[in-house]
This record gives sequence, C-alpha cells and structure tokens, in this order.
Amino acid sequence: MSALPFTRRAGVLPGYGLSLGITLFTVCLMVLLPLTALIVKASGVDWSDFSTSITGPRARAAFALSVGASLAAALVNGVFGTLVAWVLVRYRFFGRRVLDALVDLPFALPTAVAGIALATVYGQDGWLGSLLEPHGISVAYTRLGVTVALVFVGLPFVVRTVEPVLHELDPKVEEAAATLGASRVATFFRVIFPTFAPALLTGVSLAFARGLGEYGSIIFISGNMPLRTEIVPLLIVTKLEQYDYAGATAVAVVMLAVSFALLLLVNLFQARVRRARGLR
Amino acid sequence: MKPLALLFALAGTAALADTTLLNVSYDPTRELYQDVNAAFAKAWKAKTGETVTINQSHGGSGKQARAVIDGLEADVATLALGYDVDALHQKGKLIPADWQKRLPNQSAPYTSTIVFVVRKGNPKQIHDWDDLLKPGVLVVTPNPKTSGGARWNYLAAWGSALRKNGGDEAKARDFVTQLYRQVPILDSGARGATTTFGQRNIGHVLLAWENEAFLLTQELGKDRFEIITPSVSILAEPPVTVVDRYADKHGTRKVAQAYLDFLYTPEGQAIVAKHHFRPRTGAQPERPQLFTIDEVFGGWTKAQQTHFADRGVFDQIYEGGK
Amino acid sequence: MSATGSDAIREPALVRYSAIAVAIAFLGLSVVVPLASVLVQAFGQGAGRFLAALREPETWAAIRLTLLTAAISVPLNTAFGVAAAWLIARYDFRGKGVLTTLIDLPFSISPVIAGLIFVLLFGRQGLFGPLLEAHDVQIIFAVPGIVLATTFVTLPFVAREVLPLMQSQGSNEEEAALTLGASGWQVFFRVTLPKIRFGLVTGVILCNARAMGEFGAVSVVSGHVRGLTNTMPLQVEILYNEYNLVGAFSVASLLTLLAMVTLVAKKLLERSKAVRR
Repeated sequence: MSALPFTRRAGVLPGYGLSLGITLFTVCLMVLLPLTALIVKASGVDWSDFSTSITGPRARAAFALSVGASLAAALVNGVFGTLVAWVLVRYRFFGRRVLDALVDLPFALPTAVAGIALATVYGQDGWLGSLLEPHGISVAYTRLGVTVALVFVGLPFVVRTVEPVLHELDPKVEEAAATLGASRVATFFRVIFPTFAPALLTGVSLAFARGLGEYGSIIFISGNMPLRTEIVPLLIVTKLEQYDYAGATAVAVVMLAVSFALLLLVNLFQARVRRARGLR
Repeated sequence: MKPLALLFALAGTAALADTTLLNVSYDPTRELYQDVNAAFAKAWKAKTGETVTINQSHGGSGKQARAVIDGLEADVATLALGYDVDALHQKGKLIPADWQKRLPNQSAPYTSTIVFVVRKGNPKQIHDWDDLLKPGVLVVTPNPKTSGGARWNYLAAWGSALRKNGGDEAKARDFVTQLYRQVPILDSGARGATTTFGQRNIGHVLLAWENEAFLLTQELGKDRFEIITPSVSILAEPPVTVVDRYADKHGTRKVAQAYLDFLYTPEGQAIVAKHHFRPRTGAQPERPQLFTIDEVFGGWTKAQQTHFADRGVFDQIYEGGK
Repeated sequence: MSATGSDAIREPALVRYSAIAVAIAFLGLSVVVPLASVLVQAFGQGAGRFLAALREPETWAAIRLTLLTAAISVPLNTAFGVAAAWLIARYDFRGKGVLTTLIDLPFSISPVIAGLIFVLLFGRQGLFGPLLEAHDVQIIFAVPGIVLATTFVTLPFVAREVLPLMQSQGSNEEEAALTLGASGWQVFFRVTLPKIRFGLVTGVILCNARAMGEFGAVSVVSGHVRGLTNTMPLQVEILYNEYNLVGAFSVASLLTLLAMVTLVAKKLLERSKAVRR
C-alpha cells in the first residue's frame, strides 16, 4: 500500500486515471457535497437542547425500536434470504424464475404503497390479519408490524448480495470435501458457509442500515404511538414540522454516523478477508 | 394514441395561457380549488380577456409551507393553519407581518370546524365531547406532531373541556390526557386517520374536519357513517395569502389578488359551501358554539409553543411527566 | 433435478423440497400477499377501470416524468458504477475503504434525509440558494431536483453489483489481452464487459426499479405541482388520499409491471448468455 491517498501500486492495467476521475467527481458531487450541507446545517444546532431532545424517554424509545426492529428484520432476512438465494442458485424447480423475479419487487413498489398494502393485509380484517388475530397475534400497529415492514424492505439486499457468490462457488471444492468424507452438513458449515459469510454480512448490514432509515412503509403499519411504535425518522419529520431544520439535521447526522460506521466496518472487514484469500 | 394526444393537449393549454398562477394548498382542498379555479378563470376572462391557468399543489400544510419557504414559487398560499402562513413571514420573509389584515375575516374566506364521525346507528351513543371518554370507546385522530388537522382536533378537545369546566386548565389537561389514552393509532396525516377508521374499521369515533367528514361519508358510503356535531367546537380558519415575493417576481400580483378576492364573492362563497366548508356570508348552522384559537389559546404561535413543540403538553401527556 | 450433477454434493430430496417450500412460503408471506392485495384492488373492478385510471392526464404526466427521470439517472449511475467498480477492484490505494463506504452510503440514508439534503443545498435558504435565485435557476421543486434526488438514492446499485464480480474474477484475462497488444478500450469492451455482464444487468435493473419507485426523497423535493412535478409514486399517494383506490393501485401495479418487464429482459439476456456458453 502506498503512502499517499489515491496513489497506486504499479500495475499494467490502464484506466486508473479515468476511473478515479469519474468516481471521485461523482462521489464528491453526489455524496460528499450534500453531506457537507447536512453537517454545516447541523452545526447550527443548540447542542444542549439537542441532547435533551435525543435522550428524552420518547427519543430513547424510538431509537430502541428503530435499532431493535431493524436488527430483528435483518437477522430474519439473513436466515431466510440465504435460504432463498441457495434455493434459487442450486435447485431447479417449477416456478423458480417467478420466485427469482419476486425478490426484487420490494425495490420497485413505492414504499408508501408497500406500507398501505401491508397495513391492509395484516389489519384485523385483512387476509392474514384475520387469520392471526384470533390467535392473539396482532401485526398491524405493533412493533411486530414494524419488523414485518422492514423484512419486506430489506429482503432484496440479502438475497442479491449472497446470490452471485453462491453462483461463483466452484462445485469441485464441495466434491473434494465429500470425497474426503465430510458429511453434507459439515461441508455446508465448514466449506460453503465461510465462502459466502462475508457477502452475507454485507447483505445483512445493508438491510439493517436501510431499515434504520426506512420511513414511508412503516408509518402506515406502525400506528406511530409515542413510546411504543414511534421510529427515529418520524422524529426528524416532527422536527421539520416545527421548522426546526437544525434539530432535524442533528438527528439525521447521528443516524448517518451510525450507518457510516457500520458500513465502514463491514467494508474494512471484507477487504481483510479478501486480502487473506489473496485477492485484491 | 389517445392518452398521448391528451398529454399534448394538456401541454398545449399551458403554453397558450397568458398567465399561470401556482396555488400551494393543503390536502383536503383539492376538489374545492378545482371548482374555484375553473370559475375564476372564466370570470377573469370575461372581465379582462386574459386567459389564466391555475396550477395546484396539495400536501400536508406544514410540508407545503416549508416547500414555499425553500423555493416552491407559489403565487398564492392557501394553508390549514395561521401558524404555517406566519412561517412564510417569519422563516421565509416572503410576506409582510401584517398579512392577516390584508383580507377580510382575518384572511380566512371560509371556515370549518371539528366534528365526530361514528358508525351507523351510533352504537356507542356518542353525542358530545364527554361521551368520548366512555369506557371502551376508541377515538381515531392523527398525530398532532405531524398533521395540521390533528392540531385542530386536539385544540378543539382542549377548548371544549375548558368551556365545560369554567376555564380550569388542569381539568382540560386531564380530559385531553384521558382522551389520548383512548386513541389506539396516531396516523401521520388526516387522510391516513380517515382510512384507518373508514376502511380498516378501527375505532368507534373519528375526529375530523367537517368537510372531511362529509367527503368520507360521500366516498365510503352514506349508509355506513353518521356525522355528530358536538355542542362546542373550535372555529378553524384556514387562511389565504398572496405570496408577495414570488407574485412580484412573476408579475402576477394583480391576478393573484383577484383570485383571492374571488373567494369572497357570492359565487366563490357558493362554491365554498358546496364543498362543505362554511362560507363567511349567509346562514350558519346552529351547532356547534364556536370558539377561536385567539380567544382560547392566544393565537397559533403560542398554542404551538405550549402544546406541540418538543416537550410541550402533548409530549408530556405521553411521557407521563409534569 | 439439481443444478450440479454429482450426487456427493446434493442434499437429500427431503431437505431440498423443504428448503424450496420454506423459501416459497417466506416470499409468499412477505412479498406475494401484499403485492396480490395491490393487484386485486387495481383490477378488482375490471381491466377497463384500470386502463381508464391510467388515462387521466395527471397520471400520464406522472408516468412521463418517471420515465424521464429513470432515463437520465440510470445511465449516469451505470457509467459511474462500472468506473467505481473497476477502480476499487483493480487498484490498491489509500482511502479505498472510506471511498467504498461513501458509495454505499446512499443505500442506508433515510429517504427523509436524502430529500432534506438537497433542500439544504439548493433551497432558497440553502448553501447555493442565493446564487441560484440570482440567476433564476430552479433546481428543487422542479425536474432537475427530482432527477438529482433519484440519482443520489440509486447511486450504489450498479457499483454494488459489479464490484464483487470484478473482485472475485481477478484481472488475469485483461492483463493477457494487454500483453497481446489490445488497447485499453478494446480490453474493456471485449474482455471485461462480457465478464461482468451478469452483474451489470442486475445492477441496472435494480437501479431502474428503485429509480422509478423512489418515494420519500422525491416527495421532499418535488413540490407536488399537479401535472408538472409529480412522479408515479407521488401520484399513487395523491390518488390514494383522494379515495381513488382503483387509480392509486392501478398506478402502483403499473410500476410493478414496469419492474417485471425489466426483470424479464434480464432473464432473456441471461438465457442468451447461457446458450453462447
């Protein structure tokens, strides 16, 4: 690794200058500049006012819910998303293509529509709600509902990150493990799982980070009850309603810092894994 | 090809128009201003020979006010609360401080009030504010932190409790606290609450603008709901204003002014009444007795500070603090 | 049938079928049922009502604006995504981790904040507000703002799909081609592009789906002027709020169908690729 930022190790491949130019230009213009505006604005906030407003019981409950529900949804997606990716890559069965297409749909449906649809389906008179309600399980307007919405929103992230890696997996490695006497279960956990674990981690973190910020789909199904089902992005919106731009951006910066730290950790971890495997 | 032709037709009329106005308004006024726009364009053409096209933008009142402050170049703003129009002056310096005095009736050409919507036959026998606290009654109202309409609901409840208890603030606070204990869901906007009540069948009574209540019964079935008018309620005065800065920039002040004046004419007032807003002229229904926000709460800025700001009364109700 | 031939690396049939069953059940509950409820509401009163709803002039304007927005932001993000993936996968430099994270960031920014930052930049009281006002340039509450917000939200999609592929493939083939005297662009179009095609197409499709479906960020910068600055997702909300459920869910279904069309296109491409092999 060289000493100066953006100076590279000698290599034969062309296009360093061009790709660096395009990438830096876009990142500066589209990411850094907007984020600077955010931070500049947040610096205008009265921080004592701000700290009381983010440590109050409502704010703490909102942070707990946002983090808890996003984490739960990301884990659910981690397990079932991996399963879906595995099934899509490894098995051929009737309807596989349909299943494959369905995975991306949460991206396409506007979040507000997703929220309305989920609230309708899981409401007390809805298709699923009317089945669950008699068993004492309420989904709409509860924390469970928030989690369900986040599972919906985060699903493509896990499936689409794990899938390409499973695609690239060389069956010969598994065959070798089998030849050496490893059981299928042992092969999965000792050979296959470590290969896609970094991708899984990325997918789960992306789903988690996305869940923290999700707004449109949740406000319809959560009920927005203070201390119970209020999420952090709603706090931002309520601050904007009071024309408190500085306060809103301050909460936004806190959320952004959490996302950035999380993603940075994941990326650094992945870089280490790749280096350990001799890839760049 | 027909839809495409329609699209070009639409673009064509916009291009031919001599003048274009942008009216930035709040959610429930869409149908009202559609009619007003058509009638005004006709009247203006007859009077001056000019063609005027009025574009409409609707959304939550606070969000719309913020958009205008941040550069949505509205020639006129017709919002839900005086607080949001005040912000155009205080935060945006777009209109003068005395905007409310520029038109008759505190610049509110129509009013509305807060009423109850119950299910057909009124199974819980709800007739007035006190009935809302009957055991087991679930009340649907949106979140006052994010919805302008919800703030009117809250203040109507508070003001009516004050009236009943001879001005006792503590009793009013108890009433409102108890009321919100019986609210199962706080939707982020007024239409969201209406949907929760009307389509998801949640709750026994919906607090709503009078015009919203009529629209709900029209759209979702007259045989399913009843409108109950309480004995006392708040006089909601949605204000209108020319946005001076943008109107001057566009050179549309004259027509923008005429547009707002039109709302006060007999023709404008008739359209207002047709859409279940209360006109300023003509006979008024007997119920309810109405109080204004200035009388009871000392104006919007004060009401917002006391009740809806961070750690205001509404937050305290939920946090259980004093 | 299993994708791979050898019995040694196949799960027992019971395991396979239960895995498939669980995957279908999971997707069914979390995606299909909500989606079906949208379609039922759109088509419940007949396809005629569906088509009539889409013919409304305001809805047509929204469809046109959405297609325009996607047509600008998707190619931009594709060019950016390939360049960024090439840079990160092929070279070592300091600050790579931070750069990668910055590219990922728009994924995880709350849509509410994503809209807000453009208001803080280009709004009348924002950083560039006075400058823009002096030159009478309108960015937010107009089409440029909508395109910007959409481009921001969908920035990582192509890069994120192409990058892992480039990383796992290495650059031996490119280096060999260079040694044989190919020019840089020849290497890119003849060697690299075919190698990353699978990921690139997926990235473009996801990017497009999100670009057309983005609601939160666009809602903040649109201004909601009817017939002028409403995109399809915003039109869905407006129609829904006007108790026009058929209209709202018709537009939502159309969005879903548009996404489906792109997905089918992807399938066809993959098949042609498989045939060539």
